[in-house]
Amino acid sequence: MASTETLRRPASGFRISRKMLPYVLSLPALLVCIGILIPFFTAVIYSFQRYRLSQPWSRQFNWGENYLNFFTDPAFWNTLKVSLLYAGITVTLELLLGLGIALLLQRRSTINNFISIMLLLPLMIAPALAALMWKLMTNPSFGILSYLASLIGLHDFRWASSPDTALLTVVLVDIWVYTPFIMILLLAGLRSLPTQPFEAAALDGVPRSFVFFRITLPMLTPYILTATLFRLLDSIQQFDIIYAMTQGGPGNTLTVFQVEAYLNFFQSTNVGRSAALLIILWAITYTLSNVFIKNWLRLRERARGEA
Amino acid sequence: METMSPLERVLRGLALTLVVVFFMFPIFWIFLMSFQTNETILAIPPSIVFSPTLSNYAALITGKLQTAAGTLDIAFMRNLGNSIFLSVASVAVALVLGVPAAYAFARHKFKGSEDIAFTLLSFRFAPPLLVLLPLTQYFQWLGLSNTYFGLIWVYQLICLPLILWIVRGYFEDISADVEYAYRIAGHSWFATFRKIALPLAGPGIAAAGLLAFIFAWNNFVFALVLASADKQPVTVGALAFVTSSGIQYGQIAAAIVLSVTPTLALALYAQRYLVEGLSLGAVKG
Repeated sequence: MASTETLRRPASGFRISRKMLPYVLSLPALLVCIGILIPFFTAVIYSFQRYRLSQPWSRQFNWGENYLNFFTDPAFWNTLKVSLLYAGITVTLELLLGLGIALLLQRRSTINNFISIMLLLPLMIAPALAALMWKLMTNPSFGILSYLASLIGLHDFRWASSPDTALLTVVLVDIWVYTPFIMILLLAGLRSLPTQPFEAAALDGVPRSFVFFRITLPMLTPYILTATLFRLLDSIQQFDIIYAMTQGGPGNTLTVFQVEAYLNFFQSTNVGRSAALLIILWAITYTLSNVFIKNWLRLRERARGEA
Repeated sequence: METMSPLERVLRGLALTLVVVFFMFPIFWIFLMSFQTNETILAIPPSIVFSPTLSNYAALITGKLQTAAGTLDIAFMRNLGNSIFLSVASVAVALVLGVPAAYAFARHKFKGSEDIAFTLLSFRFAPPLLVLLPLTQYFQWLGLSNTYFGLIWVYQLICLPLILWIVRGYFEDISADVEYAYRIAGHSWFATFRKIALPLAGPGIAAAGLLAFIFAWNNFVFALVLASADKQPVTVGALAFVTSSGIQYGQIAAAIVLSVTPTLALALYAQRYLVEGLSLGAVKG
């Protein structure tokens, strides 16, 4: 077999040396990505320019002016506040809910496995489409949730179209889509924990709250950290749900970083400000992702080790 | 956990029921709505008893929407076709580029390999608009705006890191000894890769491909910024459809059902691999 194999092969026209092989293999992937790094540097340049698409003639470097202006710009502080609020609320609630559900489903049984698979479905729906689904359900004239709200005395509850409840509504959609993500990671974490400490605690008659806070939670911490940072990184950049649901409105209630940058670029055509906003968001996510990657690597090493 | 009082059992059951209702109800409700006419949708109180109609789906599939103002053309089937084409092509490209690179990263610790791998991973976490907004201008200069080619290229931002990191993990799980043995028997590097490494990592590669497909399908912002109507996938198309069809709620629901069915079906099929894929290989399911 082996000899026919070598005979059939024509004398190799060119040989890649062993040393070069890995570079050759990863080169195409790299080239594709370099095309993506160039716009990144362009964005950095934009952020140091006065650049409005409507007035291309006035385009010039103004160095840090876009950034300095942010200090006295209430719209910027609103963006920062809403983004942090959105990320903080969604991630906290999703973590608590996800952990709770994972604990409920921890024991392996047919029904629990079935439920955990069903709960994944919202996560697999495009966030923009999930927002549309909830838009239909919160429609003031026929939405089932508006109807249910009226049953408990909340007549004319406006959901995403009122500035008072818009944040609450998009947070609800975010929770619906992303809680399953935290749940599925924590459930995998819980089920991979060693059983001996729990058996020992059960033998000694240790109270269950003690077991939870002193054994389960500490052992689960790397999983909780990974899931939280993962979500935090996505949540602070949330665009799809908010844009599809309210386009940042009503007014500027929901102009989080990416939505504000999008509107700046396409509506007020203020490219410089838009780029500066995105660079600040990038700085935040870059810092977070460094913490994240360290923690994620540790977990990954462990997963590979146990495999 | 063995000792569960009857009260606790009931409370757990209740909590789980609430969880299932919260997460399943929207899907169920939109599904029902897609078989309803506006009359039954607008009825108060809402009812789950109605005579189902396929007219919403028929309108979407034929592309003709009957409204009070006359017949309106809807391009929803075109959006669906775009979604299928963009996702399949992006995943195919990402597999061709990503699998050899993943193999290189797994087998050879070469100079700068970790840095390169992390640069690729960091794309997963950078704000997409940061790249997309300047890219609109580059695409205009290059003549790539509103082309499938340009979109598929940008979709690599989602697909490539995913493929690279998951498949790399699968290659690392294969013992290098098997490959050495095959190499010593006189086989070339390429034969070893094709005959040993690829088949052994096959299930992982398939799973990574399915996940990349789901993420590409669900993407919204890339096509929102870079594509106009005739190239838009369902995520962007459905939003535009809401504005254009106005009050045809049943059809909007039907469009959503058609748009989410492929990813839901794939997710159920590949659910064994979801944990690993979603955590980029950090957590094993």
